[in-house]
Amino acid sequence: MRLTLLALLAKEPAHGYELKQALEQIFGSAYPSPNIGQIYVTLGRLEKDGLVRAVDVEQSSRPNKKVYYLTAMGREALDTWADESSEGPRVRDEFFMKLVLAPMTGIADRTALINRQRRHYLTLMRDLNELAEQTDPGNRVALLLIEGAMLHLQADLDWLERCQEELS
Amino acid sequence: MTSPVVDTVNLVKIYQDGGVPVPAVRGVDLRVEPGEFVAVMGPSGSGKSTLVHMLGGLEARTSGEIWLDGRRVDTLSESAWALLRRQKIGFVFQFFNLVANMTVADNVELPALLAGASAREARERREHLLGELGLTARADAAPSQLAGGEQQRVALARALANTPSLLLADEPTGNLDSRNTRDVLRLLGQVHRDGQTVILVTHDARVAGLADRVVSLLDGQIVDDGAVGAARRRPRGTAGDVVELRG
Repeated sequence: MRLTLLALLAKEPAHGYELKQALEQIFGSAYPSPNIGQIYVTLGRLEKDGLVRAVDVEQSSRPNKKVYYLTAMGREALDTWADESSEGPRVRDEFFMKLVLAPMTGIADRTALINRQRRHYLTLMRDLNELAEQTDPGNRVALLLIEGAMLHLQADLDWLERCQEELS
Repeated sequence: MTSPVVDTVNLVKIYQDGGVPVPAVRGVDLRVEPGEFVAVMGPSGSGKSTLVHMLGGLEARTSGEIWLDGRRVDTLSESAWALLRRQKIGFVFQFFNLVANMTVADNVELPALLAGASAREARERREHLLGELGLTARADAAPSQLAGGEQQRVALARALANTPSLLLADEPTGNLDSRNTRDVLRLLGQVHRDGQTVILVTHDARVAGLADRVVSLLDGQIVDDGAVGAARRRPRGTAGDVVELRG
C-alpha cells in the first residue's frame, strides 16, 4: 500500500479520498478497495518517514483538507521499488504444509483436504467469472488483473491435481 | 416426477491391451438432473473421456447400466444410439471430427437438417451460433483451412445446432486462447440458462467455474462430487483476496 500511494502521488499531489478513488478507478472491483482510514494511517506513516509532505488547503465552509505530495526521499523510494524485481511464486504454501503434515498426525485425510481445497478454488473462480462479466470491457487494467488471478488459480488447481496423483 | 437426464449404475469400462485388462472406469454411479451443469475433472488417464464417451454411446460399456431420461440405453444398437444422439444429444469431441469435404456452415447445419429442421431454421441457427463464436467470416471455409481453435469452436456450434437437451463435451476449450475461451464460456452460460443439461470434461478452471457441480475422477472412480458454491459478491474473503494474495 505504501508504494502504491507513493506512485499515485508521483503523478500528482492528492488528498486521501482522491487516492482511494484513483485506486478504484484504475483497478476496478477486482482489487480490494482500501478503506479510507487505512489510507490516512499509511499517509501519516509516510509523512513521519519523510517520504511525503502535507499542506493544508482551505475550503470554504468546510474543514481544511490535507493535500499530500511526494518528497525527494519519496521519489527515491519509488525509484528503488521500480528497479527491483517483484516477488516470485510462493514456495511456502500454507495448504501444502497442511496437506503434507496433517495426515502424519492423523488429524485429517489427504483426499478430504484436496477435495475441500478444489471446491474452494472453483468457488473463487466462479466469483472471478462473475466479476469479469460485470467489469467494463474497456477497463483493460481491471480485466488483466482478473485474468492474472484466474491463471494463478488454474495453476493452483493443476498443482492440486498433481498432489492428488502423487500423494493420495 | 421427472427422471434424471443421466443415471449410471456401477458403470465399468475395461479396455484390453494385448490381452491385458486395463480398467478405465471402475464403478461410476452418476446421476444428473435436468438443467444441471456438471464439470468432470481429474488427471489424465482418470477415465473422464471414457465416461462421457459412454454417456454419448460412442463407446460400449463393459458392465453396468446407463439410463438417459428414464430409458435404459446401454443395451441399444449403434443405429438406435445414432438416432438418440440426433434427437437429444450434442457431442463436442476433443479432436473435433468435422466433415472434411463440407464447409463450416454445412458442418454446423447438418445435424439440424438430419433431425428434421427446415433449411431456413437450420441456417438461422447456424448463423446465430457462428456469430456468438466469432466465426461468421469463416462460414464458407473448409475445416482444413481453419486453425485448431477455430475448428474447436465449429465443433461446439455443430453440437449445439439441434439445441440438444444434453450437451456432452470433452475439453471444449483445450485449444483456445483467452479471448476465444471467453466466447465459449458466454455461449455455454447461455445454453445453461436456457435449461439444457451440460456435462463436460475439462481441465480449464474457468469452464469448471461455470458449473453448478464438479465431479472429480481419480483412477476411474469418483473421489469427489459436490456443488460449487454460488458466486456471491462479498466485501471480503473472495476473489479480491486472491488478487491481494498475489499482489
